[in-house]
Amino acid sequence: MKIVLCVKQVPDTSDIKWTENNTIQREGLESIINPCDVYAAEIALTIKKECPNTTVTVLSMGPNQAGKMLKKLLALGFDEAVLLSDKKFAASDTYATGKTISKAIAEKIPDFDLIICGQYAIDGDTAQTGPSIANFLNLPQITYVKELVECDENKLTLLRELEEGFEKVQTKLPALICVTENSYEPTRATIGGVIEATKKEVKILNCNDIGLEPACTGLKGSPTYVSKAFRAVKKEVQCEFFENIEDFAKNFDILGGENE
Amino acid sequence: MSKGILIYSEVTRENYLHTVTFELANKARELAQKLSDCPIMALVLVKPDLIDEFKEVFRVNGFDKVFYVADERFRTYTTDIFAPVAIKCVRDIDPEIMLIGATNQGRDLAPRISSALHTGLTADCTGLDINESGKLAATRPTFGGQLMATILSKKFPQMATVRPKVFKPMKEFVNVDTNFVRMGYDFCGYKSKIEVLEFTKKITSEINNLDCAEVIVAGGRGMQSAEGFKLLKELADTLGGVVGASRLAVEMGLADKNCQVGQTGKTVIPKLYIACGISGALQHTVGMNNAERVIAINKDRNAPIFEIADYGMVGDAFEIIPKLIQSIKQHT
Ligand SMILES: Cc1cc2nc3c(=O)[nH]c(=O)nc-3n(C[C@H](O)[C@H](O)[C@H](O)COP(=O)(O)OP(=O)(O)OC[C@H]3O[C@@H](n4cnc5c(N)ncnc54)[C@H](O)[C@@H]3O)c2cc1C
Repeated sequence: MKIVLCVKQVPDTSDIKWTENNTIQREGLESIINPCDVYAAEIALTIKKECPNTTVTVLSMGPNQAGKMLKKLLALGFDEAVLLSDKKFAASDTYATGKTISKAIAEKIPDFDLIICGQYAIDGDTAQTGPSIANFLNLPQITYVKELVECDENKLTLLRELEEGFEKVQTKLPALICVTENSYEPTRATIGGVIEATKKEVKILNCNDIGLEPACTGLKGSPTYVSKAFRAVKKEVQCEFFENIEDFAKNFDILGGENE
Repeated sequence: MSKGILIYSEVTRENYLHTVTFELANKARELAQKLSDCPIMALVLVKPDLIDEFKEVFRVNGFDKVFYVADERFRTYTTDIFAPVAIKCVRDIDPEIMLIGATNQGRDLAPRISSALHTGLTADCTGLDINESGKLAATRPTFGGQLMATILSKKFPQMATVRPKVFKPMKEFVNVDTNFVRMGYDFCGYKSKIEVLEFTKKITSEINNLDCAEVIVAGGRGMQSAEGFKLLKELADTLGGVVGASRLAVEMGLADKNCQVGQTGKTVIPKLYIACGISGALQHTVGMNNAERVIAINKDRNAPIFEIADYGMVGDAFEIIPKLIQSIKQHT
């Protein structure tokens, strides 16, 4: 089976510092691999174990420094790494990102069987890129994948976690799946893996390499734009402290007041 | 005249119209006042035997026009059956704005529709407005909840998803003369590539609908044990709420991963959030700081959670909570 694993490098949103003008200070912001993509990588590794002759290409769109993250992933045992990097891609929204990634896959890995994405990224948290790629490649998609149940060359059986329960679904391949938090133990790179990875190149492709019209990507190719960004207002509250339980308890009634 | 606001109406597994439909309809009505002559419309893909039942529900919730496709294939949701139909319908209806509930189904479907129509989609909005040029201004949190962004679309329809319970449904039912329009779709013998094999409902105690809960009683490492979380459950039951947790509590095995609130857990917007034995680390508070009211119980008066709490009590949660439950029960 031929798998494309899509991963994103994201800023560690737990470590955000603000400038005086209430904009995010981007310098020195730590970059991490998006947490959901780590779960997605585990599913890819599981398939690789269970389905002989599986190869996995890890693909990311982002600045050059994302190459380091891809190197680390290669050390986990993935076969190839591709980085889509071009100033023209900058400021793509989910539509333009979906378009760019799907074009790269169609051009460079047209014989794929499965595309695996993380369900959402912690910086944007839109959960839209996976379905957008699936749309442009006209693939069936399975979102909210928690576990792999079974796989063979032609189909996958997966467990989805939804609001009210768990759904076991089977999809024919080719398909795209989006993986959410799960309980797979994160694989650690072995020394052998690290050595293997140093022998491999991260292939860097730009807009021209994938045959994409520059107007289809980046800010130009994005139907949405941010008109305003502002710091989430921190409530200007002064905590009122209580010592007496009875008085404290009165504040727990939020519905009573409304119904009266 | 405006081409109108279209709301995707999800049919739940239990064959109800998802309540988020009506929350969106109410919001749409508010937006419509800023657009001239703007009809409120719905699109529903439904099993043939359900549509009559739903008609009344659409009427009393004030929809001007409801487009529906009735087909046995809509028994259970799969993307490759629903998406092509929805895409074709939205293209034909050609609304100015389309709103979709940010449920599992909505989040699965919405980006398929927007990508196919080459338009923009803003996910999980917490605010919707019409700006001075008559465009949809969709505001949403990003960067783990720390940055708010207002997003506009250059293309039509302007699309947005909104989580359940972010907006309120109408206070009172109305009765309007809804126009129902049946739409056709030719599957040309297409068979879904996706097959739903099995569905296991979460047992009620496992369903922790944090996204929808009005009251969340959350526990952290300070709740120490399963005993501690039992207390929280009791308090939650007393208040008609659900239990949430910090990441450390989840890591300690006191609560399920589903219950985790915060940057790597869920973002919640309840009316009341009660934090017990939670220090209030930023990674936790970004997931709950939009709650209407926050109450904290912690033995450390300097815990950061008190900086964002409206009400607080300093002390041992194991002593405070049982008394609290008693007091609340007495007064209701
Ligand atoms: C990348 C990243 C992502 C993260 N994502 C999340 C996330 O999504 N959600 C999240 O919650 N955390 C997250 N964290 C972890 C976060 O930084 C904190 O470590 C965590 O929230 C702390 O949990 P806590 O408040 O339960 O524990 P602690 O910080 O240990 O606080 C325990 C509190 O309980 C109080 N206490 C103890 N005993 C009692 C008692 N008997 N009665 C009353 N009070 C008592 C103490 O005074 C203390 O304030 C993340 C961290 C990282 C690095």
